[in-house]
Amino acid sequence: MKSARRSLSRSLSSHLILGGFTLLALFPMALIVINSFKSRSGIFNAPLALPNSQTFSTIGYDTVWAQGDFVLYFQNSLIVTIASLFCVLLFGAMAAFALTEYRFRLNTLTAIFITLGIMIPIRLGTVAILRLMVDLGLVNTLTSLILVYTAQGIPLAVFILSEFMRQVSDDLKNAGRIDGLSEYRIFFILVLPLVRPALATVAVFTMIPIWNDLWFPLILAPAEASKTVTLGAQVFIGQFITNWNAVLAALSLAILPVLILYMIFSKQLIKGITAGAVK
Amino acid sequence: MQHKRQKTKPKIRWHILVFLAPALIIYTLFMIYPLAGTMELSLFTSQNNKDVFIGLDNFKTLFSDERWAKDFWNALLNNTWFFLIHMLVQNPIGILLAALLSAPALRFKTFYRTSIFIPTILSFVIVGFAWKLILSNLWGIAPSLMDIVGLKSFFQPWLGREATALTTLSLISVWQFVGIPMMLIYAALLSIPDEIIEAAELDGLKGMSQFWKIKLPLILPSIGIISILTFVGNFNAFDLIYTTQGALAGPDFSTDILGTFMFRTFFGFQLQQGDPNMGATIASIMFFIILIGVSAYLFFVQRRLQRYQM
Repeated sequence: MKSARRSLSRSLSSHLILGGFTLLALFPMALIVINSFKSRSGIFNAPLALPNSQTFSTIGYDTVWAQGDFVLYFQNSLIVTIASLFCVLLFGAMAAFALTEYRFRLNTLTAIFITLGIMIPIRLGTVAILRLMVDLGLVNTLTSLILVYTAQGIPLAVFILSEFMRQVSDDLKNAGRIDGLSEYRIFFILVLPLVRPALATVAVFTMIPIWNDLWFPLILAPAEASKTVTLGAQVFIGQFITNWNAVLAALSLAILPVLILYMIFSKQLIKGITAGAVK
Repeated sequence: MQHKRQKTKPKIRWHILVFLAPALIIYTLFMIYPLAGTMELSLFTSQNNKDVFIGLDNFKTLFSDERWAKDFWNALLNNTWFFLIHMLVQNPIGILLAALLSAPALRFKTFYRTSIFIPTILSFVIVGFAWKLILSNLWGIAPSLMDIVGLKSFFQPWLGREATALTTLSLISVWQFVGIPMMLIYAALLSIPDEIIEAAELDGLKGMSQFWKIKLPLILPSIGIISILTFVGNFNAFDLIYTTQGALAGPDFSTDILGTFMFRTFFGFQLQQGDPNMGATIASIMFFIILIGVSAYLFFVQRRLQRYQM
């Protein structure tokens, strides 16, 4: 009886603390999105209230729509993220397969060489990356971003995918070899489908930093035509900093797609993090 | 690493090369080569549009020249403070939240976990501006919220004061990333075998003392990983400061960290010309700081933890 009451009070305080942090995590985002649908006076007079018939207004979104080229920015971000993701997954999986499947000289050294990149931020090479992109004529192109993000994503992809490739049964691959499948077919037809869950995990981990990055778009591709949505929002808000409706609307537009994606993939993401940590 | 039987005779197996080539080429060309190139650039200076080799003079300038040294040490010190706040606030809170979440039969577990993790997926641009608005005097959200609990008199424009700006920004970053230690520690706590917990309970260890004596030592490896992740992330940070305070990291450089200092040096600001060689020098120093941190982790922390586990 006594211990039951104690465990009740303990679970109550757990809920208080966790609930408090949940509120703290959600409050800023909710505040931004709610106020983006209000008129200026609504924003300032009753910031915590939901929009009502008097304060409801989409003037912020109208300004964003008229002044910023957010459709283009979204398109750029999508192209960069999807293309980089595709390259990271394909090239990373190929390399992981080569490193785990075959025995050859320099195997361990190559694995160590690639693993180095997990801990060292690619940003530190920026000065030389910019020079290289200037020489290649790739400044202000989406290609420059795709190349850099692919290089940045490969180490972790190879590391995680190698762990999973080792678990694919040898018998299966050897059966394929006896049936006369080439090594390429064994990789693409037998092995790749089996590591799909790992590919999904790597995809989620790779995607978030690419979509959110401000540094490389700012340095390699700041032109209007190649702006990503993160840089676009940053520049737009900087220009319209006194126009609260526009700023709140731009912030909401940047929050919502990420949030929707998170709702869809959160299970995968959390599973990926917890699986990695258990090892 | 288990090796597969070697069936093929010693001839060139082209498929290995084909599998490795794309990853190796892109990784080497766009990551390793520029990293090496940046270090090389730090040994040169530009005179009449030509690179002239000057050895370690750039480093000497940075450490002791009066035009550079003050800014450099300021940025390094600020960066260290930024890191300390993360270690002292973010990681303990993350562990606390994970410990609470790992209680069996706790309801709404998934909801809490998913919500607290949301800020980590948002970009610094969103987080920075959102908090700038919330803490703004003009909008008055923060003062009116503090009024509810009777603390209104404590409100200050924290981001605008030299004494408080850096700590405020560190706490905003803590707010954003507390979900990561929470999630990793949560996973580590779940992986503790039931037998160990049962044995502890038989010995009368419950609640807090069970956590301190049994669980905490077992999750030390995860705490080590979180520490090194925090270290690398913090000494490489840039976006949050740039978004909220601009490249000048105001007020009066009080929020300047190595990332913003490197950016300003590299690209120039206001009247000062950009200097790629000095930018590369700062990048090299950041590289060495991160390298020292990672090596220390690998050699000391991880080795000792392994021994501890045995």
